[in-house]
Parts: sequence; C-alpha cells; structure tokens
Amino acid sequence: MSEEVKVPVKAAKTEVSPGVQALRDVVENVYAEAREAKKRGELVGWSSSKFPCELAEAFGLHVVYPENQAAGIAANRDGEVMCQAAEDLGYDNDICGYARISLAYAAGKRAAKKLDSATGQYVIDPNSGKPLKDDSGKIVIDTVTGKPKKDPKTMKPFTVVDDLNEIAKLPEGEEKERRTAALKSYRQMVMPQPDFVLCCNNICNCMTKWYENIARMHNIPLIMIDIPYNNTVEVENANIEYIRCQFEDAIKKLEEISGRKFDEERFEKACANANRTAKAWLKVCDFLQYKPAPMSGFDLFNHMADVVTARGKVQAADAFELLATELEEKVKTGGSTLPFPEKYRIMFEGIPCWPKLPDLFKPLKENGVNVTAVVYAPAFGFVYNGLDEMVRAYCKAPNSVCIEQGVAWREGICRDNKVDGVLVHYNRSCKPWSGYMAEMQRRFTKDLGVPCAGFDGDQADPRNFNAAQYETRVQGLVEAMEVNKKVREGGK
Amino acid sequence: MSTKYTLGIDIGSTASKCIILKDGKEIIGKSLIDVGAGTSGPQRAIDEVLRDAGKTLDDMTYILATGYGRNALMNLACKQMSELSCHAKGAAFLFHNVHTVIDIGGQDVKVLHIENGVMVNFQMNDKCAAGTGRFLDVMARVLEVKVADLAKLGAMSTHRVAISSTCTVFAESEVISQLSMGTDKCDIIEGIHHSIANRVTGLVRRVGVLPDIVMTGGVAQNFGVVKALEEELGQKIHTSPLTQYVGALGAALLAYQETIEE
Repeated sequence: MSEEVKVPVKAAKTEVSPGVQALRDVVENVYAEAREAKKRGELVGWSSSKFPCELAEAFGLHVVYPENQAAGIAANRDGEVMCQAAEDLGYDNDICGYARISLAYAAGKRAAKKLDSATGQYVIDPNSGKPLKDDSGKIVIDTVTGKPKKDPKTMKPFTVVDDLNEIAKLPEGEEKERRTAALKSYRQMVMPQPDFVLCCNNICNCMTKWYENIARMHNIPLIMIDIPYNNTVEVENANIEYIRCQFEDAIKKLEEISGRKFDEERFEKACANANRTAKAWLKVCDFLQYKPAPMSGFDLFNHMADVVTARGKVQAADAFELLATELEEKVKTGGSTLPFPEKYRIMFEGIPCWPKLPDLFKPLKENGVNVTAVVYAPAFGFVYNGLDEMVRAYCKAPNSVCIEQGVAWREGICRDNKVDGVLVHYNRSCKPWSGYMAEMQRRFTKDLGVPCAGFDGDQADPRNFNAAQYETRVQGLVEAMEVNKKVREGGK
Repeated sequence: MSTKYTLGIDIGSTASKCIILKDGKEIIGKSLIDVGAGTSGPQRAIDEVLRDAGKTLDDMTYILATGYGRNALMNLACKQMSELSCHAKGAAFLFHNVHTVIDIGGQDVKVLHIENGVMVNFQMNDKCAAGTGRFLDVMARVLEVKVADLAKLGAMSTHRVAISSTCTVFAESEVISQLSMGTDKCDIIEGIHHSIANRVTGLVRRVGVLPDIVMTGGVAQNFGVVKALEEELGQKIHTSPLTQYVGALGAALLAYQETIEE
C-alpha cells in the first residue's frame, strides 16, 4: 500500500521553505477544490494511490485519495478510533488499517470531540496536554501527586466516533449543532463522499475488496484496473495488452460518468505533467545521496502526498522543481532540514507508523540516525514515453513486482545513498509487503554487508506498535552499525 | 594503574540482575531479584550486588545499564546500551568461539550473530510473547507445577504430544484440553519445550546456524528447552551457570571497555 501524508496541523505553524510550503499548498488545494466542487454539485471520485491519474485528469474530474486521507487521520491520532469503528461495522482487525479507516469514513463515521450530553461541554482527557511551565520556564509540579501539572490550554477532549448519517437525521436544534461542531475539522476528516471510485490493484490486492465495498456502500460506479502480479523483472507483453484494453474500458466508463468526451489534449498534458513531477521527485530523492544529506528522509514520506494526489498537475511539478532548487542550494551551503547531526544513514523500509511518528523519530534522533533511503523514490519516480510505456510503468509498484525487482530497487538505492544499516517495519497492515521482508532482510545483510533490524508496527493502527520494543531494536541496530564502522575504520 | 570496578545492571521485564567486575576480568559480586522494570527490583539488586562485593557506588569507575528498564537508571548509569550488545559481549567472555547467541528472556527472544566477540547482526521475535519465559510461566501455572521443575518433568516424558498453537492463549487452551483428555503432564511439558524450540529455531535460521551456539537468559536453565533446541538445530548448545547474568556481565564488560577508551 502506498504512502503519503501531510502531517498534522501543527506542522503548518512551523516555518518551512517556499518549496515545502508550495508542496503543502498543492495537496491542500486538491482537497479544498474537491470540497468546493462537491458543493457545486460536481462529481468527486476516490482513487487508489497508483491508479493512472492521467485518465481522470483528461476529464477534469476531481479526485481525492483515501490512502493519503487514512495516513493523515492516523497521523492526527484518530486511526485507532476509526479502525475500531470499522471493526464495529464487521470488518476484521486483520484488514489493512488504511482500509479500515477509509471504510469507516465511507460509512459516515467521523472522529469527534467527546461531549457531555448534560452540559454540552467537551469532556477533557486528563492525560492530554503539555506540562505547565512557570514564568522562568520551569515545569510546575503538583504538590499532591508529585507529578508535573498539565497546562490547561494544551489539554484536549477525548476523541470518540460519531456518525454523520445519525446527525443528519436529527431535527434542527441544539443537539444537531453541538454534534456537528464537535466533529474534527482537519482536512482529512472533511473529504467529500465519493460519486465514483477508481481502483488499481498494483499497489495492493486488499484494494480490490476495499473499493468494492465502498462502491456497494454508496451504490456508485467502480472503475477497476487489474494489474497482474509480475513474476519476472520484465513485464510480459501480454499483460501490457490486457491492461491497455482496461485503460480503454476505463475511458469509456469515465465518459459515461462525466458525460464528457475523452480529451486527448488534456490527457497528453496530464502525462507531460506526471513525467515532469516524476523527474523532479527523483531529483529531490537523489539529494539524499549527499553526505551529510540536506534533508531528513522522513521529509520524503511527507512529500509523497504530492506524488500521490497531484502528480498529473503542473503545480506539483513546479513545487518539486522549486524544492530541488532549494536542496541544491542547501548542499552548497552545507545546510539540512535534519534537526540533528547525521551520524548514521539508514534505509527505512516500509510505511511509517503514522500514529506514532514521535516515538518512531525519537531514538533515531537520539542516535543521530538519518533515513537516507526509502523505496518510494524508485517506486513512484516513473517516467514514460507513450501509452505502452505508461502501462508498463503502472505495472511496477512495491507490491506488484517480484522479489528480485524489489531487492534490486532497494539495494540500488541503499548503495547510491550510502546506508550503514536497514530498519524494517513489519507492518501488520500490509501482509504482502511484510511477508517477503524476512527474505529481503537476509539478502540486504548478505549483499550489502550492513546490519538490519526489524520491528513490529502498523501504518495506521497504533495498537500494533510498542515503543519500548522499537527502541531496543533501534539501539541494537545503532550498536551493530557502530561495530561495522569501527571495523571499516581499521578496528580503532 | 589503580584497580577499576565496573557495575553492569540488567533490568529485564521479569528480573533485575547486577554484576561487579574487577578490572574487566574477575566477577567480585552478583545479584538477582525476581522482579524487573518498574518495581523495587532494580534498587534491591543494586544494593545486594554492592553488599555481595563489599563495595559502594563510589568505588565504581563506570556503571552501564541495559535491559528494558535501562532508561529508568539515567541518573545512576554513565551509559545505557541495548541488551543485544550486552548479551553478545557477556556470551563471548564466557565462550570464546561463540558465533550465535540465543537469548530467551521474560518477554522476548533474541538471536545474535557474533563475529570476533561483537554483535554484527540480530533478529528478535515479533510482538507476540510465545516462545518466551512468560510462555513457560503461563504453562506451568496451568499444569500446576513449578517453572523450575519443568525440565525434570519433561525428561520423564515417553510419548511427547504436539502443542502446535503459537499464541500463548491458544496454547494454554490446547494444554487444558490435553489435561482434560488425561494426557500425562510430562508428555505435555515435553511438547511445550519443543513448541518453544520450534518457534525459536525459525529466528535462528534467519540469522544463520553458526556454531558455537550459546544460549543465555533465564530459560536456558531449563535443560528440556535446551535439549529440544539442540534436536531442532542439530547442534550442540552451550549454557553457563551464569546464564541469567550474561546481560549484566556484558554490561560490566562494556563498562570496563568504556573506561579504557576514556
């Protein structure tokens, strides 16, 4: 399953470069324009992350991305309640966390601030909030409990799940107003419901059933592009033919849905934009080859949001090109967005645990570990010329290629980006991705001669992650990298 | 050169262990308290090891903490390291030709690949606690026997039964159903030992079965599990009477190394 997130609202308050701000704005606009379009009565589609976006762009249709949305909801700490809401609807907790969040959302479930029905006030979570500091910046200790007091201004209400459909049925009045006001209002929690869905199973197979369920729930058209799993590194010609026919079928269906004819010129323009975006994205990723790197590899996870939601738009290409220029300057001046000195360089394999980003980042920061390689660079940086090459490019996603291709992608980027070790996220949401990781890990150690550590987690469901276990594994990896470094430096 | 005393503290999930070393060679004190992180165990273990060695904290040149509770000792220890490196160091001190360490602790299993006495790679169990010391605790409770007696009871088995569930909770119900069928406890226990061995073997094979293999951690005291692992891996497994102290020993050794490097 693929990636992407514009991380929490707070991030917007920090000062960022014009390039990063432009990338944030691109994603914000995709969602804002979709909301506006919905209000005007226009159609809005939901799409899987590696569906050929060029097709919908050719019709000028507004499309939003549930994977990006789910990652954002998870990063905003609402993944658990939304996953539970899906489980309450009958979806098994073994199903992908993104799928559960998205299915709950599609069913009208929304994260909301907990209300006291008697008073209409929000019920504050006593465990939330930051420690209270006095005028001199010292933490204030509660004399009764001996623990730091909480700053009331930073305390937040408990989060619960509410139901849009239930709220809609309420008579106009106080309760309806209160419950509507209590709904979380960040961007990912206010995505318009779909009028059609676009599903391509190159990114994962769970996607097929996930989108079928949404289509059935809303009684809307599903356009499916089936990408056969690639058992060989080269894509079979028969598969190209099979997929090209599906593209043609998808175009016909989109003509029916939109009531418009396929606009060849617009399609060509979207393809050109997608190629420009891909080239600029690869250029940005390549800056991680510098030692020290001019950015944190975690930034790439954030920028993936643009690759997923807007790669066919000229604004995404412009923003990535701007960021590349900024990074070029940073390399010249020796600057970096990494908030600590880079001591070790690793590949982070898999999607981050979005609900636990601070826990994920903490031991890396403490040990001077920068993520300088992620598989998204080769997996989403695809450049093509003509329809057949485009089809071929869409055949290749992290979960649709054979292990030889997967290893080659990763080992290539590990060598280019000079990593000292590999940290593998055994992502409980993603069975295909985690399933082949044990063998990949074995090959990384053998072929690259670097230590690898694996940890359990989940891209969206925090119940599958344990910070203490993760910290021990990171510290073990750091200690093994230290030994390797000493051996390389002549056993000093 | 004056004598250097180093203290290694290993605060695990179920026990607290300490070792004091003299000049990185001689163990002059050790302690073990059967409760771990978040309890009174760490302080009691520290007090006891100092008493055992006849020393005070001021006599210590360097203190290094390891184990899940290591970060709670920030104010006392000069440095914290993972139990992975500490077990590797401790095992290499006790067995010079070690290449693989299997550490089965209270809540996790670690397999370490050692070269020239230091850890170069490792594997750990996933989040599930099956195959760990906690698994044996649960099974012993259901069987109404002491954990310490499991090995000798298992040795009396004549017709070992298969305990196939990997989940501790499901394995518990599997054991209960065997008991209700009247299966001999010894046969169930031997099945449990092999169940642990099966689970651990998978991790060992991921790292590579490289002799000499040393088993550390509390579960290594159970010779039934050690024997089952030897059968599964087809290799001799070395253990030490100090098995529970290996992490603390490694910490004390690494502490000594720090004093030299300093």
